[in-house]
Amino acid sequence: MNPRTHSRLLVLHVMVGALLLVLLGRMWVLQVAQGEHYKAIAANNRTRDIVVPAVRGSILDDMGRPLVRNRTALVVSVDKTVLSRQEDQGEAVLGRLAEVLSTTREELELKTRLCSPTVPRPCWPGSPYQPIPVDDRVSAKEGLQILERPEDFDGVIAQVQAVREYPNPEGASAAQALGYLQPITQGELDKREGLKVTGYSGVDLIGRDGLEATYDTDLRGEPGVRRVNVDAKGRVTGVASETEAVPGAHLVTNLDAKVQAAVEESLAEQVKAVKKAGGDPAAAGVVLEVETGKVVALASYPTYDPTVWTGGISQEEYDRLLGPKRGEPLISRAIAGQFPPGSTFKISSLAAAVADGYSLKGIYPCPGSYNVGSRAFTNFRSTPYPPMNLHRAIVVSCDTIFYKFAYEQWIRDGSTKPVKDPKDPMIKMARVFGFGARTGIDLPGEVPGRIPDRAWKQSYWESTKDNDCKRAKTGYPEIKNSSHAAYLTAIAKENCLEGNMWRAGDAANLSVGQGNVLVTPLQLARAYAAIANGGTLVVPQVAKAVVRPDGTVAREIKPAQGTKLQVDRKTIEYMRNALAAVTTEGTAAGAFNGFPSDKVHVAGKTGTAEAYGYKDTAWFASFAPAKNSKYAVVVMITDAGTGGSYAAPAVRKIYEAIYGFNKRPAALENGEVPTRLPKVSQ
Amino acid sequence: MTTLNERRAWPGRAVRRDSVLRRLDWGLVLPVVALGVISALMVYSATRAGHRGDPEAFLKKHLLNLGIGAVLYTVVASFDYRLLRAYAPILYGLSLIGLIAVLTPLGETINGSHSWIVIGGGFQVQPSEFAKVGLVVLLAMILAEPRDGEVGPGRKDILVALALAGVPAALIMLQPDLGTTMVLCAILMGMLAISGVAKRWTLGLVLAGVGTAVAAVALGLLEDYQIARFTAFVDPTADPRGAGYNANQAKIAVGSGGLLGKGLFQGEQTTGQFVPEQQTDFIFTVAGEELGFLGSLVIVVLIGVILYRGLRIAVHASDQFGTLVAAGVVCWLGFQTFENIGMCLGIMPITGLPLPLVSYGGSATFATMIAFGLLQGVHSRGRSL
Repeated sequence: MNPRTHSRLLVLHVMVGALLLVLLGRMWVLQVAQGEHYKAIAANNRTRDIVVPAVRGSILDDMGRPLVRNRTALVVSVDKTVLSRQEDQGEAVLGRLAEVLSTTREELELKTRLCSPTVPRPCWPGSPYQPIPVDDRVSAKEGLQILERPEDFDGVIAQVQAVREYPNPEGASAAQALGYLQPITQGELDKREGLKVTGYSGVDLIGRDGLEATYDTDLRGEPGVRRVNVDAKGRVTGVASETEAVPGAHLVTNLDAKVQAAVEESLAEQVKAVKKAGGDPAAAGVVLEVETGKVVALASYPTYDPTVWTGGISQEEYDRLLGPKRGEPLISRAIAGQFPPGSTFKISSLAAAVADGYSLKGIYPCPGSYNVGSRAFTNFRSTPYPPMNLHRAIVVSCDTIFYKFAYEQWIRDGSTKPVKDPKDPMIKMARVFGFGARTGIDLPGEVPGRIPDRAWKQSYWESTKDNDCKRAKTGYPEIKNSSHAAYLTAIAKENCLEGNMWRAGDAANLSVGQGNVLVTPLQLARAYAAIANGGTLVVPQVAKAVVRPDGTVAREIKPAQGTKLQVDRKTIEYMRNALAAVTTEGTAAGAFNGFPSDKVHVAGKTGTAEAYGYKDTAWFASFAPAKNSKYAVVVMITDAGTGGSYAAPAVRKIYEAIYGFNKRPAALENGEVPTRLPKVSQ
Repeated sequence: MTTLNERRAWPGRAVRRDSVLRRLDWGLVLPVVALGVISALMVYSATRAGHRGDPEAFLKKHLLNLGIGAVLYTVVASFDYRLLRAYAPILYGLSLIGLIAVLTPLGETINGSHSWIVIGGGFQVQPSEFAKVGLVVLLAMILAEPRDGEVGPGRKDILVALALAGVPAALIMLQPDLGTTMVLCAILMGMLAISGVAKRWTLGLVLAGVGTAVAAVALGLLEDYQIARFTAFVDPTADPRGAGYNANQAKIAVGSGGLLGKGLFQGEQTTGQFVPEQQTDFIFTVAGEELGFLGSLVIVVLIGVILYRGLRIAVHASDQFGTLVAAGVVCWLGFQTFENIGMCLGIMPITGLPLPLVSYGGSATFATMIAFGLLQGVHSRGRSL
């Protein structure tokens, strides 16, 4: 052995020893020093939490008829995590699955990709760690094909689940009031702290609108968690622990399926008539119980079938069914649509005038036109009437009387140079009747409407003056019609110079519910209910009680206490009488011709509001019976015509349905909504 | 010295007082037996969950492999290693034929490497494992040649050695099997150094090796997954589902074992088969999880004892050829052990190398047992210890 070999063998001894020591040192670090850390990771590694969804509660009407319930369905879902571990990213599995479900692999891939701002529907908006449902209308045969060959369908889950069903009791849909469900997004999951405690998890659907959203916590229940041990391929090797799901409670509402159906039906009929006349209308109908604010019916047109939400909706489907071309049927016009109320608003203006000193016994002129400043404001079709009292002004819907009141009040407030603290009686009275503020109904998406006032004018002017002042200088050269261009330029000049001022025309327009005044049908129904009940502004309430799955009552939802209307009792009774005459001798006499007013006398007011570029918006706001009133009913139809000819007939049909006139069975027994909770069994 | 006649009659000699078996190096045999027992338990633990039809299938084959390995050990140990010098070129040539055969349609791809020849009946051979034996013997022959080790090998010997090592290394890279190529390099470098080449050669070769590695990456000679594995080795969390997945899962399995382990057959990570190739390349994770730090320590110590036994045999060999054979075996098994356990611990990149004697796999077990047989053979005929 040469000496180099000997010395290098010694080096090799040291090297082998050093390397082995390195290994031992590293083992010490991993297993002893950081052992606990890796134990924790390992525990995470080998268990999976499977969320067992709770069965969602039904939504029932006041008689216990289900408006929404669940049907059990065989749902096929795809677990992305499992697919992504396969060599071909699950391509083969999806291909086989597409064959069974008679669709294409591409379609399934689209459905199971994750939504993001750049990924349009169809896509999965929920958590990527939960199985993604791809079909919830699988037949038992298709389901068996999948279940029998688990080796061919690794990552595909077929199981019985509860999905939402809409039985349309008595033909009632109430789509917008019920709302819809959507998978909870990862963002919402992340935002919610203490997730497991509140019960939200990726498989959960969350109420996105309507009652489903407001009472989500009650309806949802508590999902169970099954913690399973899994191997590296995600195959379940055993159950580690399990907490049972707690089914959601049922929601009993004040809605009455029969009345709701009648409202929807009469809206549909009137819409049909309006369409025949060439309009493209939207419509809404509200029925309130006047004493309590219980919402007996709440309908909106255009409407849609909420079953489109189950099983995922594609972008095309969404656009076709729910987009602007279909009139955006998701929007509940009754609470989220705001329109100028026209003459139905005069109850507020009358109360304002009386409070401001105009006598209820006075006789006032009603010419065909009245000069407000330099501009002539006219009656409907400029019809002149002999001088009349305020009762008559309501019955025939005289506008010029209210222009006069508004103009005189405006002058008293200092006209263009307003006094400090102007009285603005009509603006303040509108607020008293609840306009310009949300009613507080237990539904999401309610809008406040708008009562224009001096502050609003100022802020609106500030946002528009730049454009107006530019137009005042440049004019409208692009408009060929020179007189029209000159008119627009003049308006631009006026708006630029004094658009921030509360002008006489603003006051006059407000007095008859025109111009910048916007109300929701629900606000109007509540205002009329306040007259009907003798002066209480109620809070509309859709839900009545939360009932546990076993039928016991979890909590009753009593309507909130209303506020007292700051209007003189005499004025209210005066208006009640005037409104009662509208259906017998006034603007709605034609629509109520032949109605059994001896049995139930309907009081109400027509409204015909001008809409720029469309035909008039038709209104009829009412309550009945005129004495000892029970219900307030409001119907609104846009792009239609007069309230008397388009809205009032719909309201008449609703009353006929409620009380069982015109050979119809009564929707409400003795015309009363049930006071007791229905028996809920399921 | 044994004559040809005596050698032919070896079964009859086996019982004689001065027989090879009587001169067994118990310091080598006992740790090998102990490792064999541990390896059987580990292979069983790693495979019984994944094969519900016959949980013992792998165990049975592994025991059979160990049995065949023991026979090979005995045969090689009783063979006079000095005669191997004459057979070295034949052994080397056979291993080359095997490596070439793999590249023909006879070869089979398993786990991304085209390293296997299927011989039917569920058996397959991995010639690259035997190429390690062939290389050790051939290099020992060439490098011990100059005046029987009186002086270190000259330039010509070194270049011949490089060329002869380069052929199997290149063939194995074609499979591609980076791990085995690295082992061949370790054997080559180690044996060159031990044989007593001048320092400048050792240094120069190390630099050339580094240069080749850089060039291989730069010129795209390595497969993407091989580079990815090396990148993942630097930061395994960068892509835990991709190349870093193995490294991460291995660390989790070993780390979660703690000091005492979860108990034999009680490893949840093992049962759940979170670490891929658990019975072969990642067998150490099973020991790490189930036997903990103390149990894995036993494995490392047993291998350490074997390696030191090998070094001792190298020091006390009766000739330079024996020294180089023993040293070559130590370099091979030492490097392979460090690389294998190192990758399970996340301090070495992931390559497909088995843990000597512990991992499941016929060819690897046979080659390792032959190597032990060589050590035993050198020991039996070495100077007294």
